[in-house]
Amino acid sequence: MKHTPAWKLALVPTAILAVILLIVVPLLNALGFVSGYHLNLFGKYLALAILALGMGLIWGYCGILSLGQAIFFGLGGYAMGMYLMLEASGKGVYGEAIPDFMVWNRVTTLPLHWVPFRSFPVAVVACLIVPTLVATLIGWLTFRRRVGGTYFAILTQAAAFATWLLFNRNELSLGGTNGLTDFKTFLGFSLSEPGTMRGLYLLTALLLVGSFFLCRWLVGSKMGLVLTAIRDEEQRLRFLGYPVAHYKIFIFAVAAALAGLAGALYVPQVGIITPNQIGVLPSLEIVVWVATGGRHSLIGAIIGAVGINAARSVLTAHFPEWWLIILGSLFVGVVLFLPYGIVGLPWQCWQAWQRLHSRRGHRKRAAEAQRLGELEGSVMESKTV
Amino acid sequence: MRQMSLVLLLWSLIIATVYTAQADSTAVATYAKDLATPAKQRQTLEQLRDLGDPGVRSILLALKEGALYHWQDKLFIFTSDGVFVGLDGNPLLDNAGQPLFPETGMDAVPLAQDNMPLLQQTLDVIELFAPNPATRKSTALRLGNLQQVDLMPMLEKAHARETESAVQATLVEAINKLRLLSPDPVVRLQGVRYFGTTRAEAALGQLKGLQQTELDPQVREAVANAVQKIEAFLQLRNSVGYVFNGLSLASVLLLMSLGLAITFGLMGIINMAHGEMLMLGSYTAYVLQEFFLNTFPSYLDYYFIVALPLSVVVVGCVGMLMERGILRFLYGRPLESLLVTWGIGMVLQQGARLYFGDQTSVSPPTWFRGGWEVMAGLIFPYSRIFIIVLSLVSLAAMYLLLYRSPVGLKIRSVMQNRDMATCMGISARTVDALTFALGTALAGLAGCAISLIGTVDPEVGKTYIVDSFMVVVLGGVGKLFGTVLASFGIGMSNKILEPLIPGTAAAVYAKVAILALVIFFLQRKPTGLFPAKERTAAGMVR
Repeated sequence: MKHTPAWKLALVPTAILAVILLIVVPLLNALGFVSGYHLNLFGKYLALAILALGMGLIWGYCGILSLGQAIFFGLGGYAMGMYLMLEASGKGVYGEAIPDFMVWNRVTTLPLHWVPFRSFPVAVVACLIVPTLVATLIGWLTFRRRVGGTYFAILTQAAAFATWLLFNRNELSLGGTNGLTDFKTFLGFSLSEPGTMRGLYLLTALLLVGSFFLCRWLVGSKMGLVLTAIRDEEQRLRFLGYPVAHYKIFIFAVAAALAGLAGALYVPQVGIITPNQIGVLPSLEIVVWVATGGRHSLIGAIIGAVGINAARSVLTAHFPEWWLIILGSLFVGVVLFLPYGIVGLPWQCWQAWQRLHSRRGHRKRAAEAQRLGELEGSVMESKTV
Repeated sequence: MRQMSLVLLLWSLIIATVYTAQADSTAVATYAKDLATPAKQRQTLEQLRDLGDPGVRSILLALKEGALYHWQDKLFIFTSDGVFVGLDGNPLLDNAGQPLFPETGMDAVPLAQDNMPLLQQTLDVIELFAPNPATRKSTALRLGNLQQVDLMPMLEKAHARETESAVQATLVEAINKLRLLSPDPVVRLQGVRYFGTTRAEAALGQLKGLQQTELDPQVREAVANAVQKIEAFLQLRNSVGYVFNGLSLASVLLLMSLGLAITFGLMGIINMAHGEMLMLGSYTAYVLQEFFLNTFPSYLDYYFIVALPLSVVVVGCVGMLMERGILRFLYGRPLESLLVTWGIGMVLQQGARLYFGDQTSVSPPTWFRGGWEVMAGLIFPYSRIFIIVLSLVSLAAMYLLLYRSPVGLKIRSVMQNRDMATCMGISARTVDALTFALGTALAGLAGCAISLIGTVDPEVGKTYIVDSFMVVVLGGVGKLFGTVLASFGIGMSNKILEPLIPGTAAAVYAKVAILALVIFFLQRKPTGLFPAKERTAAGMVR
């Protein structure tokens, strides 16, 4: 049987996604149907969609529930934020060569961990490498000990909480509770120009398409099979000789890198990064996006991320106090009633229809079988008699 | 004959005191007149100070405020009623019995600027002889800290006259503090030795200063000795304090984690809404307090007796509802139940915020105010002692329920082998609902108890939930003892690490350190201290 390589399989959906994001939407923007502000918002959603992609990979395909993805998102975001802050410093309120908040905290020289971020390549590498390293460490310490399932979820949640606590401190010289903000330019382009925003959108969309292709390829390949096997029957796979822990660490690191990338793209578009984006609640929200969109599908993850964040922008504008209640109910509702998410909804309906049909079909067939049985019985009787 | 002599003795004593009092008051009057003479004012003030008679207080206060007047060689005080009153207390009246306001000759007695500190000092010293013992004590304390050696004779005089032991102790301390400033090394040695034996914290600063400036070798040695003794005592006291705080935190964690461990152990459901169950317990106490405030104000303290069982019942019912309504569809899907319970928790939290607002507080009943002073300066609040006792009682009750009662037997059997238990006729569904209700009821109890020591706000659950999860992960769900050990371990480590970490962020770093410790501990025991025993190959970590 001819076996299509995974990357070829991934081409078609990627192409469709690329067309929508890279051609249709910018066209709409150029024609005036989508304003610059909305384009910016959409770009922010796409950055979060990259984050959701990673989550879909580890949860939907590998069954690892990590309640700490926001840590990696934050690490990437802070890395880019540091670069942007250094680019903007010297033009800030105090005109110093160090960021404003440091001046307020009476720090006179740039701390050591800020110095490398003067250069853009370092920032890019950092926002990918640092989350990956942290994830590898966490994975190394847990997956090899077969800490799985709920214990792992709790540990990642505690780690997210601890990271949030740490980042809130001023000792780390990362802006404390206020975070990093007041960015002026990105690679020399002013952040208040609509042209820069459009460029950022295109960059985000391009990277999303690229990540999607990568994930699709990963999932369609043999690795994807192994991951699904880990999700479904980890013990058996272990008996078959696969180094389960290594696969898990790998995919966890990939998801962390994606999260870091998402953070780096999010920050210039939104203009601020605070510790509140690192805590427990943001991590859980990521899970909800993927759960709502459809956890077993990458497109579902993207749809979930974009959809829920859009809903959030609308709802928090009109009913701010109710947003958390709605979000909570969404958690409950989606898990109970939409186990396969929005993407899986047609399939669910189809299954329900099938069951309904088969019940009717069953009854019909049961009635027929009974009649047949009676006929046969009478024939038998007549035969015996 | 003996009675006669007794009566005579008493009589002479009475006469003597009256005479001295009279003598004192005439002495005061004599001295006071000289206050008006500017040249003699300073001397007079000193004499009045050394007299130690509280009667001069009103005169001196009047002098300070500029309400002391001199007329016809007598002193008068211009009172707030607008009348002139003589030193004997009688108002100045004219022949018709009306208040007299002489137009000439009535001059205010000026207070020389240089004499002001002396006047203040005299006023302070007078307080040493005030009728109220609390005033005397606080004055003694204040004067001791003023570090003015010339106050020593007054303090010694007051000490000779003092009858209350508490005030006496403060006076002795003050005297010794002043002894440290004496030019005579023998006297200094006396003072240092005193503080060495009593290990008084209050003198530490002064002694340390003395360490730098002392020249006499004998005194120097004694100072070093005393400082060492005091610091050792302080360290011991602080350690006891930390241990107690650790116990207090551990008991709260224990209450919360018991419920969590039971639900997780039985059903594999991690209840992320557990923190909100705690919050509900706190709010029950709050609502009840408000109700008592409005309906039975005189019985306000008794609200707590009602609040404890009521919070158990209310939160237990909420838990049962949660289980019956939502969670029973999620068996065997622990990760999903995690999400669902988190969603429920969020709804509850935001709902509470919308309904009650962001900060309410419960004032503890008066029985819990104050504490038990274990060592000098170390107080164990009664409310915290109560919480420790409550958690121990609940632990015992849980143990009895789970291991010594038929219900507990059913719960344990469903926990160990669900299918077999159902085959034996135990309704697993009912047991599930019961267990979940039990778990949440414990959280409600914890919430009611916590309202004694903190505010009642929607965030209260989040404060303890992460630690409770750590306890469950660390302790494993096989045995109650695991939960106990883990909660005490985490509670004590938290409170003991905190003071060891320098800086203001100690609590944060302590939490992070504990998390790291738990992760490293899990390297050796991934399923916790006491994992539930199972016979399936799939292992425990569900």
